[in-house]
Amino acid sequence: MTVYSIIFYVLSAIILITTGIAITRRNLVHAVVYLVFSFFGSAMMFYLFGAPLLAVLEVIIYAGAIMILFLFIIMMVKVEASEERLFPIRQWLPMALMGVVYLIMGTVIVSSAPGSQVTLEIALAKPKAFGEYLFQTHWLVIEIVSLLLLVALIGALYLGRKKPADDI
Amino acid sequence: MIVPFGHVLILAGILFLIGIFCAVVRRNLIMIVLGVEIMLNAASIVFVGAALRWQHLEGQVFALFILAVAAAEVSVGLALIVYAYRRTGSFDPNVYNSLK
Repeated sequence: MTVYSIIFYVLSAIILITTGIAITRRNLVHAVVYLVFSFFGSAMMFYLFGAPLLAVLEVIIYAGAIMILFLFIIMMVKVEASEERLFPIRQWLPMALMGVVYLIMGTVIVSSAPGSQVTLEIALAKPKAFGEYLFQTHWLVIEIVSLLLLVALIGALYLGRKKPADDI
Repeated sequence: MIVPFGHVLILAGILFLIGIFCAVVRRNLIMIVLGVEIMLNAASIVFVGAALRWQHLEGQVFALFILAVAAAEVSVGLALIVYAYRRTGSFDPNVYNSLK
């Protein structure tokens, strides 16, 4: 039990607890803020796994951009929070049963698989090496992703026009 | 020495199940998109853990692409939600039954 494993277990407990709190909030703003906590935990876990650039990007993009976009949408339109009856049992019981079955099956499979007992060693991918690897071997995928982001931008602009056409 | 690789898989599996639970059970379009975000985050945790397990940078590259795809998905998804809200005045997916 090294200090790294203690950090890992504490971080995973924080991530699971904050995500669990987030999905049960009735108030959407509280849910989004708890999810920001969860993504900070994920960023620290990326740092622990030796990916400092990804940790920074996770904080900037996930916690900084995406969650703030959610907050903007929530504040732009008025959400009637009291209308939603939280978790009708007819709806969550099958999901919970299936989830427990999947969790047990997954734990058995993971603990009996031959490669899963390998202990992770501490390593660090320097941002410079990571960027060189990314742009030397995956430059085409970078272009495709930039095209995808452009399409998403145009699509969001088109959907968010002032007056939606009445007949679609 | 951190932990066995299986513990990372189990953590990401639980996180993915929480995301599915949020996307299936909640009756609010914004919470459904949040559930999809949680699932994507769990997938990127597995990718980064696998990059450390095999000491190869490929997993981190894919985590970066997951980040970009999540950004694109959430922008279009939220624009769709606002569009639907303008037409129907509600976030409840059960209200969207104008084809009935």
